[in-house]
Amino acid sequence: MSVSDILESMEYGPAPESAAEALAWLDANSRRFGHFINGTMTEAADTFETRNPADGSVLAEISQGTDADVRAAVAAARAAQPAWAGLSGHARARHLYALARLCQKHARLLAVLETLDTGKPIRESRDIDIPLVQRHFYYHAGMAQLMATQLPERSPLGVCAQVIPWNFPLLMLAWKVAPALAAGNTVVLKPAEYTPLTALFFAEICTQAGLPAGTVNIVTGDGATGAALVDAEVDKVAFTGSTEVGRRIREATAGRDIPLTLELGGKSPYIVFEDADLDSAVEGLVDAIWFNGGQVCCAGSRLLVQEGIADAFHAKLRTRMASLRIGDPLDKCIDVGAIVDPVQHARIAAMVAANTAGETFVAPCPLPDTGCFYPPTLIAGLAPADPLMQEEIFGPVLVSGTFRTPDEAIALANNTRYGLAASVWSENINTALDIAPRLEAGVIWVNGTNMFDAAAGFGGVRESGFGREGGWEGMYAYTKGPSTAPAPALAEGIASTPDSIDRTAKMYVGGKQARPDSGHSIAISGAGSQLLGHVGAGSRKDIRNAVEAAGKAAGWSASTAHLRAQILYYMAENLAARGAEMTARLAALGVAAPEAELEDALDALFSAAAWADKLDGAAKPVPLRGTAIAMNAPVGTIGIICPDGAPLAAPIRAMAAALAMGNRVVLVPSPSAPLAMTDFYQVLETSDVPAGVVNIVTGPAASLADTLADHLGLDALWCFGQSALSEAVERRAAGNLKRSWIAPQPPADMRETLRHATTVKTVWIPWGA
Amino acid sequence: MSDIQTPAPTAPAVASTQTAQLPQLGHIRNPGMALDMDWVLGAQANRSAIERRCATLPGRRSVKKAHQAAWLLKALSCIDLTTLAGDDTDGRVARLCAKARSPLRADLAQALGAEGLTVGAVCVYHDMIAPAKAALAGTSLPVAAVSTGFPAGLSPLHLRIREIEESVAAGADEIDIVISRRHVLTGNWQALYDEMAAFRAACGQAHVKAILATGELGTLRNVARASLVCMMAGADFIKTSTGKEPVNATLPVTLVMLRAIRDYADRTGHQVGYKPAGGISAAKDALVYLMLLKEELGRRWLEPDLFRFGASSLLGDIERQLEHHVTGAYSATWRHATS
Repeated sequence: MSVSDILESMEYGPAPESAAEALAWLDANSRRFGHFINGTMTEAADTFETRNPADGSVLAEISQGTDADVRAAVAAARAAQPAWAGLSGHARARHLYALARLCQKHARLLAVLETLDTGKPIRESRDIDIPLVQRHFYYHAGMAQLMATQLPERSPLGVCAQVIPWNFPLLMLAWKVAPALAAGNTVVLKPAEYTPLTALFFAEICTQAGLPAGTVNIVTGDGATGAALVDAEVDKVAFTGSTEVGRRIREATAGRDIPLTLELGGKSPYIVFEDADLDSAVEGLVDAIWFNGGQVCCAGSRLLVQEGIADAFHAKLRTRMASLRIGDPLDKCIDVGAIVDPVQHARIAAMVAANTAGETFVAPCPLPDTGCFYPPTLIAGLAPADPLMQEEIFGPVLVSGTFRTPDEAIALANNTRYGLAASVWSENINTALDIAPRLEAGVIWVNGTNMFDAAAGFGGVRESGFGREGGWEGMYAYTKGPSTAPAPALAEGIASTPDSIDRTAKMYVGGKQARPDSGHSIAISGAGSQLLGHVGAGSRKDIRNAVEAAGKAAGWSASTAHLRAQILYYMAENLAARGAEMTARLAALGVAAPEAELEDALDALFSAAAWADKLDGAAKPVPLRGTAIAMNAPVGTIGIICPDGAPLAAPIRAMAAALAMGNRVVLVPSPSAPLAMTDFYQVLETSDVPAGVVNIVTGPAASLADTLADHLGLDALWCFGQSALSEAVERRAAGNLKRSWIAPQPPADMRETLRHATTVKTVWIPWGA
Repeated sequence: MSDIQTPAPTAPAVASTQTAQLPQLGHIRNPGMALDMDWVLGAQANRSAIERRCATLPGRRSVKKAHQAAWLLKALSCIDLTTLAGDDTDGRVARLCAKARSPLRADLAQALGAEGLTVGAVCVYHDMIAPAKAALAGTSLPVAAVSTGFPAGLSPLHLRIREIEESVAAGADEIDIVISRRHVLTGNWQALYDEMAAFRAACGQAHVKAILATGELGTLRNVARASLVCMMAGADFIKTSTGKEPVNATLPVTLVMLRAIRDYADRTGHQVGYKPAGGISAAKDALVYLMLLKEELGRRWLEPDLFRFGASSLLGDIERQLEHHVTGAYSATWRHATS
């Protein structure tokens, strides 16, 4: 085409990035790769192909990791871990710094390799993925440096199994590897089957950085390799990927007493108010749903527009869609690249084809004749009841609906099983800052989308998973605190004076004492089988009622920290007033040091009250004009299974911490000594605790724990001192991916409990007058 | 309140006879419309989001090789080659006009198939209109005159209007007016509308560009609102700056003004031109402006009747880049004729 022809058309023309260096690297490895185990590459074996989705060409042969490969990698990591953890923080920081520098030195090759393997536009891998990779290693070099002084009570977990997805291969590697290494862990990482190449290049970087052999191990393969890794003798599992696989990993790790972090799917709302800068909100959608072809867990895939501006907004959006450019991902002038694999393409196409609702608009953009491309698509006018408003598509398909008021926007936005991210667009600071924290999501962007930084935690709630990556909060996912001793066992009780009038301990549900639904009671005995009283035999229905009551007490989560502290202090006041009665009861129930236990309970109430208004969030120094606020939000409704021992102090320590952070609880007291907590009803009733905030169900711990773990409306389940139940609790928790916490009893240092009682919500607030 | 006597606020800004096609226009001239305060006050501009869009655009679009050469020629054809200095003389203006007529060295123009290509216009002060017209005789190159007490716009209103009339009488094809920034800063949109409508009326058949002096408007929201008001009052072009403010054309301001132009075209069907001025001196920056224009407004705006660069040193850099394209060797300033 001549210059004068172009002067007429004013087309952009091709602007390809060269793949020569990346292909030369593949050639230098004969386009065949083994695994990176104990510092060396193994011989390639049992290989499968990894392809460039943009043209279908085979890039390399990759080895399918076997159980033996996984075992060898875990053994290498195990052997390397003590020495790695034994290095000074400064020495580990130097290694992480070297990794950061090397990622920077090889930035262009890594970007091109990523684009070849994933099909994402070179602009994204070059300007977003790889710079964030570098940033993550730099940031965590700092974490290694500071860990000894800033997290003195934390220690590494050991060997971490890490399974990562295909949408951000090297970035997810960095998110997993950097904090693990910083904390003194060693890792075995399995990259996604479709996209292993940058991880294999990273193996070379580890060698160049002089990382000790076995510190980082990379085993390639498909889901079977991942499953073998999850099943291996590891001390931690971290997974980013689909909710379906996350659920299986939750089940596979149940009862193994290893921490798990899951970063899963989403259907993130993108809310546009009538006073928003509509053009900017439209442009934001380009980065929300067409970034990486919508193959992004936190993609703003569910547009909610205020009704009065919906037509105008959609008109602008359709116009904008028409100028998107789809094509060769290596072209520097492309907005949307290829879908990662034909399998994913077929899945997207099938979901869109199955939809019969709304109005479908396909961007009138030319697609390449060959390769795995899907056009940007808008399906407008959907209702929450339409499947595509609920199901994650994981492709360049945006769905939309409307709302009328701020409250309705929140109701619609939160009407989802997921809770990863959300965007809210409004020029009114009151609107934006009111809506943002009320969204059920781990990350909320005000007037923006898809902003990431190593200093800001990332992760979800609900079925989007749990755990955070990035920031101080991310370091807790790769470290552990001191171990907690079990609650002291109950001894033979001391004979006590029987109640002069028969007392009936019932359930405590919704602020009232309620008879057990079963109509049965359980006898509780003390010294020499002395009958101390009866408690209700709680059943499924009682748990149902209790969780429902807790759900209705949402006002507690919105109450002020000062008010929560006041009520906790008031509980302490009223418990102390009943001190003599309570210590007598504890003695009768077999508590060896009843006065000390009472003191312990009072101390816990004071600690929780003290913490209620002191667990500060943070303003993260993220690289933009603005801030990212990390807020400690309540988890929601927490189930608490109590240990047999410490029948007063253990439940109160857990309950008080949960309440202080704004949670509501459903508590199953000590199976042997529940009367300590049924006596506590009178403290609850006289301490201004709102109805439904604390609910107590007595009865058989195992079946009540099962019901709680199965309950899809419960947000977290803590299981203390009942190790026989832990496997079932964690396996069943997979249903709604509720957070679980297994421990001998709530630790004396309340901070650990407070972390389990909160979820970090990161609200990004760019500003500019 | 407005301090000028102009048509009633609800009346069309200009008479229907003035909607006729101007010689330099490829489209129907913007007739203006009644001031629509709901629209004006509803305009929003989120600075952070706008800056993000601008910051990432150069990474999203790229033109290489022949395409880059063509785009640079396009940029060249849209330049308002400008001299606005106190020491301008007839001779200086004649040199500028000579360069405007033949902006590219003949061998380069030939190699690129761009013989006969000129810049968009020549832009001067009132007293330089006559020498510019003389120097451009025999060409279709328009002469633009800055007016209305440029650059501050604080001379008596009747003199500002009179200045337009004198410049039009002296043969100016285009008038670059400056708005009263105080009307924007105090939210007196009616006064701004009335002032702009009066200037437009005074221009008659001459093509009017409204200089918003965006570097003095304080916020991007003000830029959006001032853009809309000036278009409603009949501006043919909206222009960023005089080149004399501390901050002149920027990409964020450009994006806001382009979006206002798009909204105006969507609602009224009338196409208004855009002119960034001041501070654009590198060829690669000019390309980004063209890309932003193409992305936000489309191919149609990439013509001199709807787009101009107010620039003087930009041309020299474009010439060097074009020589590099033709020869493969990096160029030097002295190989290209100066103005």
